[in-house]
Amino acid sequence: MYGQGLLKGLSVTLKRYINTYVDDFKWWGKRYFNAEGIAHRSSKDANGIFTVQYPEEKLPTPEEFRYVPFLVYDEGANGEKNIRCTSCGICAKACPPQCIWIVRSSDPVTGRPVPQPAEFYIDADICMNCGFCAEYCPFDAIKMDHDYELASYGRNVFDKERLMKPASYYAQIRPLNNAREETARAEKAAAKAAKAAVTN
Amino acid sequence: MTTPAVETLDLAAKFAGVTADTRPGYAGWIVPAEALTQFASFVRDELGYDLLSSLTAVDYLEQNQFEVVYHAYKTAGGPGLVFKVQIPRQDPAKVASVTPIWPGAEYQEREAYDLYGIIFENHPDLRRILMWEGFEGYPMRKDWKEAFYEEEAKPLKSRWPEGRHTLAETRVPFGDNVSFKPGFDPEKWTPTDPEELLYATLRKYTSETKDGITTDHVLVNMGPQHPSTHGVFRAVAMLDGEIVVSLKPVMGYLHRNHEKIGERNTFLQNMPYTDRLDYFNSMYNNWGYSLAVEKLLGVAVPERAEYLRVIMGELSRIQNHLILFGMLWNDLGAYFTPALYAFEERELILDIFEAVSGTRMMCNYHRFGGVSRDVDAASLEKIKGLVFERLPRRVEEMNRLLSENEIFVSRMKGIGYLSPEDSIAYSVTGPNLRAAGIPYDIRRADPYGIYDRFEFDIPVRHNSDLLDRYLIRMDEIQQSLRILRQALQQLPEGPVLTGKPQYQVKVPAGEAYGRVEAPKGELGYYVVSNGKGNPYRYHIRTPSFINITSLEKMCVGGKIADFVTILGMVDIVLGELDR
Ligand code: SF4
Ligand code: SF4
Repeated sequence: MYGQGLLKGLSVTLKRYINTYVDDFKWWGKRYFNAEGIAHRSSKDANGIFTVQYPEEKLPTPEEFRYVPFLVYDEGANGEKNIRCTSCGICAKACPPQCIWIVRSSDPVTGRPVPQPAEFYIDADICMNCGFCAEYCPFDAIKMDHDYELASYGRNVFDKERLMKPASYYAQIRPLNNAREETARAEKAAAKAAKAAVTN
Repeated sequence: MTTPAVETLDLAAKFAGVTADTRPGYAGWIVPAEALTQFASFVRDELGYDLLSSLTAVDYLEQNQFEVVYHAYKTAGGPGLVFKVQIPRQDPAKVASVTPIWPGAEYQEREAYDLYGIIFENHPDLRRILMWEGFEGYPMRKDWKEAFYEEEAKPLKSRWPEGRHTLAETRVPFGDNVSFKPGFDPEKWTPTDPEELLYATLRKYTSETKDGITTDHVLVNMGPQHPSTHGVFRAVAMLDGEIVVSLKPVMGYLHRNHEKIGERNTFLQNMPYTDRLDYFNSMYNNWGYSLAVEKLLGVAVPERAEYLRVIMGELSRIQNHLILFGMLWNDLGAYFTPALYAFEERELILDIFEAVSGTRMMCNYHRFGGVSRDVDAASLEKIKGLVFERLPRRVEEMNRLLSENEIFVSRMKGIGYLSPEDSIAYSVTGPNLRAAGIPYDIRRADPYGIYDRFEFDIPVRHNSDLLDRYLIRMDEIQQSLRILRQALQQLPEGPVLTGKPQYQVKVPAGEAYGRVEAPKGELGYYVVSNGKGNPYRYHIRTPSFINITSLEKMCVGGKIADFVTILGMVDIVLGELDR
């Protein structure tokens, strides 16, 4: 019969339409504006309305999510910021669009290079969020951020001050990565200490 | 891994003047320029290489020669044949066109002309294709320098250790490399119609008088800003009433000279750039490129990484096809209901990509010799949930929603026919070729990765019209799910990368062609290394660009309203078409 295919298709839309209400009733009051509801709507069992009401609701960012990088600093006992970056330049060399700019510092007296950046810029408008800098930095000093709300009216050239974030923040957004790296660093330090003990 | 060997065939003995390419790391045959036409016919007719996969040029500045490189394959399967023509690097550099032999070479030759200034004699319509008419210079030549040029290759010295940031926009864009055509004075210039050359190719008619009324053809521009063209794409059609008499696509609006950027980049830096080609399928774009470079490097990929590549690649294929259905319905006027249904499933797949690779669309997931990171348990669970439970149901629902709809069927059945012979001749690949009854799929014809381990069928349909091109994609989703089920069951434990992560890879000199069956068709990367940190040549044979060659053939004789659907079914994406 002509029109059967059309009706078949329309039955799908009708079913979907009804499903939105069924799901809303099933999840009465819990479907929107809370973490559980959002998780349900992005799970394999999601039915009915799919939309996340951004900005009132936000999808959780997975650990590996990557956005414009930041520089990690360790907090000292007196609140000083010990930047981990040694200005080795690897990230600047690996960066595909070449948006990392680093000025190496040197000792004012001897003129010898000091393992710390004097200036560090990331041209965030050019950054393609590839994650190479974080992937290849040998000192866990630069990491990809989760903060994606960077819209602005002007250019976003981030300087060292703007880029620095504490290690605790890193541990909070990437707990698994952080734990893995801490173990690796501890092992390395232990191996070094053992070696030093042997040579003494 | 099965690396397709080049046919062990002594062409030098069979064909006078042809010599084997003996440069270290190179393969194939060098054909004298005068013998090209004959040789190409011989290769197609006597040896059976009916599909010209890729045609491109390389500028060997030091040797002072241009090389045109051809990759031909058999649709019956098996390894390919590479041959090259070397010509002196001087203007005018001339090579015979192979378009009369393989019509699929038409746009590829135009591209080589556009970017290298090589003139293909006897080409039916040799105009620029990606750059605009009136552009001066040939940007892929090694001595051509782009705006904001700093150095031959990255990493740039200005970034470290004295990297004081300067805003790009405060610099003079062209430095001192602005050049104009001889005799061109920008002060005195008045624009002539730059499109005259294009329109002239379409005016193949004489106005006629019927019953005392003079009839004329109408020239219609669709695009570049047109909702049906899926981006900034333009088609110029000559119409007789509603019927298309001739049609030319105009492209390049999104051209950024990806290949030039690629030749300035280091090998690894190109990986995230490939994401931006077909931005629906970055997982697959990564794959083709890693395959080519891995051939040069000779590294093996660990088992688990091979499986992850397949899993991500097939998930990518499913969402690509779903989006195509949704967008097709948009084009046909069923505004956004099917499209949004398709988007739901796609979102779930992208959630997985995000959790695994870090980004939804620009995945940058592959590394030479593996993948960047392992998949976590939660994501694996989610993939299983999708593959074993949700997707089969949802795809079936999509099928019910669309496949039998009478309006849909009447708009598709018998429309946009392209004969199987023409499909091969025009180098059509992917689902559209298989809808013409040719069971050619690189996953089977020339397996890469671990595809030879899975049981799956290559779906074939025979009518070669829009309906079959639609249905074959439904079939392919089913096969992808089948592959995914096997891959998920077999997924072994183990490392996902061979060797240590490295940002500077040492690639031995030579050439390699890596090709994969991307969701849109054959995606090939031709990479030449001269042992330095960046590729000497980096060429991409994209399915969108080459499948569009047959657009005119499919549209002529049909109604202009069907153009929209035909174009939709070619499944183009401008990031890849314009590069
Ligand atoms: S962030 Fe890391 S890679 Fe970059 S300069 Fe600092 S230490 Fe080196
Ligand atoms: S994420 Fe990529 S583009 Fe951005 S700063 Fe790091 S290396 Fe450069």
